[in-house]
Amino acid sequence: MNAAPTERSAAARAVSALVHQPYIWAIVALALLLIINLTKNPAYLAVSVNPATGDLSGNVIDILRASAPVMMIAVGMTLVIATRGIDLSVGSVMAVSGAVSMEFMQSSGSNDLGSAVLAGALALGISALLGTVNGILVSVVGLQPFITTLVMMLAGRGLAKVITAGQNTSATNDAFRWIANGTILGFPVVFIIAAAIVAIIAVLVRRTALGLMIEAIGINPKAARMAGIRPIGILISVYIVSAVLAGVAGIFATASVMTVEVAKTGMTAEMDAILAVVIGGTSLAGGKFSLTGSVIGALLIATLDKTIVYLSIPSSATPAFKAVVIVIVCLLQSQRVRAFFSQRRSSTTRTTKGAVSA
Amino acid sequence: MTSTLIERPTERSLVSRFRPKLETLPTLAAMVIFVAMIIYGEVAYGRIVQFSTISNLFINNAYLIILAVGLTFVILTGGIDLSVGAVIAISSLVGVMLANAGWNPLVVIVLMILIGSVFGLASGILIQYFNVQPFIATLAMMFLARGLASILSTTPERLDDDSPIRSLSTEWKIIDGPKINDLVVTPNVLIAVLVVIIAFFVLHRTRLGRTVYAIGGSEQSALLMGLPVVRTKLAIYIISGTLAGLAAVVYTSKLGIAQNITGVGWELDAIAAVIIGGTLLTGGAGFVLGSVVGALVLGLMNVLITRDGSIPPEATTIITGGILLVFVLLQRLVVSRKRKT
Repeated sequence: MNAAPTERSAAARAVSALVHQPYIWAIVALALLLIINLTKNPAYLAVSVNPATGDLSGNVIDILRASAPVMMIAVGMTLVIATRGIDLSVGSVMAVSGAVSMEFMQSSGSNDLGSAVLAGALALGISALLGTVNGILVSVVGLQPFITTLVMMLAGRGLAKVITAGQNTSATNDAFRWIANGTILGFPVVFIIAAAIVAIIAVLVRRTALGLMIEAIGINPKAARMAGIRPIGILISVYIVSAVLAGVAGIFATASVMTVEVAKTGMTAEMDAILAVVIGGTSLAGGKFSLTGSVIGALLIATLDKTIVYLSIPSSATPAFKAVVIVIVCLLQSQRVRAFFSQRRSSTTRTTKGAVSA
Repeated sequence: MTSTLIERPTERSLVSRFRPKLETLPTLAAMVIFVAMIIYGEVAYGRIVQFSTISNLFINNAYLIILAVGLTFVILTGGIDLSVGAVIAISSLVGVMLANAGWNPLVVIVLMILIGSVFGLASGILIQYFNVQPFIATLAMMFLARGLASILSTTPERLDDDSPIRSLSTEWKIIDGPKINDLVVTPNVLIAVLVVIIAFFVLHRTRLGRTVYAIGGSEQSALLMGLPVVRTKLAIYIISGTLAGLAAVVYTSKLGIAQNITGVGWELDAIAAVIIGGTLLTGGAGFVLGSVVGALVLGLMNVLITRDGSIPPEATTIITGGILLVFVLLQRLVVSRKRKT
């Protein structure tokens, strides 16, 4: 008889732990979107196996496939934002990465695995270079991340255009194409690659002190330096990681159509990534970050994109829906609204509230 | 004893004289670059220092000047407004559609400006009352404006040829130069000039302006001094939005076409103009006239690149980025020097 209440309280605690996760609203929103789709078509979540190829197909698989590029840039962005930075150049880096790989494969002309690997390596190398420039400007020169990456956003898009001489370069390479369109055990390759990279990064930042150092820099750079953390090295690596992941996303985006559209590839990708990160519960003020949250945020954005098309709303309206999502998430995170919903919390957050209402 | 008494004030006045100089350094640099670009352009390509080129520079960049003036207010407080380009898209689309539907042109113009004000107000409320970062709040407004514009129409909407709104881009010849070398002014240019004059007055001669600078210097201090921080911050986002609406009027009347992708990236051009013009991104220091110079530098750069012909137009954004970087580095230098003094 005694066990029942404790058990219930344990369950309640588990629920309340989940509710207090920063990304709970993202999960709620994701569920909401799926329910909307389900009401339109009860078989929305069905996954079928193509008997000829053994591939899985269905809306869920489509969402996983579409979420891969967003996931890449969102994870990189999470680390940057955790250091109290921002990376606006990811979309341009995607375009540069796509432009380099397409231009290389077109000029080499060969359809073998070697040239695909070389093209990918070249694209990632140049992305890393751009990330290094960002990192050095932010950490060594001390420029604001916002303006540094804004400059890189302008220059990077120009660079992509110069690389392809303003053309939308196409190439043919089956190995390269396989990255975007192929499957392993029925699952899309892009998603598997993205998931693997995310897992590696998660292990790297959560099983070593790296994540702690990143958070320390985000919370107080001066205190972090006094605690013996070298901000320069960490900041540069964070921007390199962000750029390289954007490069990977660029490969994903161009490989699916085997064409780089220099004016369009990666356009507003930075906005999607920031959106995913914010929805995932990572504060833009730096400090604490949640990779899981960003992954869920990326899934949410991919689902939102698909849902809009599925509901036969013109896809050009997508930004308006994203805006509504951003505003709702921001409102839910704001102290004023939280205080309105729960008086209990208002006492602990009086300091920030005071700043708002003053 | 007397010498120290005499020395101190001179020392102080030297410092106080040096400080404004440091803060005006980026603006001076922008002016130098502008003049250098004019001289280089005249020597290398010719036909730069003449009435028609100068007239066109103003006619083509009137909207950018207006945008840059609006953003100067926002950036002076240490904020940012990313929504201006998208606001232009929705405002001009609505304007063109209503005008073609036979609405009174004056009503249409007022509505176009008000659309901007509403978006500015929304950003301001999110930022001020819900503690959302300016960056993310105006990003949301950008998405919203762009999305609503896309819902309205995804094809170019053409303003009727006989629409009275087009009269805003009537060309008035002030000086009838030989051949095509005329000094031309359009009502749009006059609007831009008027905006600059009013903004200059507001920023440097009114309480609102001084509060803007105070917030940029330190919001906390401004609050403690009892300045109306909330009201002022709301006001500057409304100003920025309203001027974006006005820029939409100016741009639409000149081009006569509105589309959902109008103004993509213009917020970046405007930010670049403000920063090149010497306004510190961290807020607190800068000039409206500097932003005008910044906008003209960007405009002249486009002219020179077109004249040159050997520079691929694709490289324009690289050059813009490069110039922007140089100016930000300069600002960085100024700020670190200022801290030392």
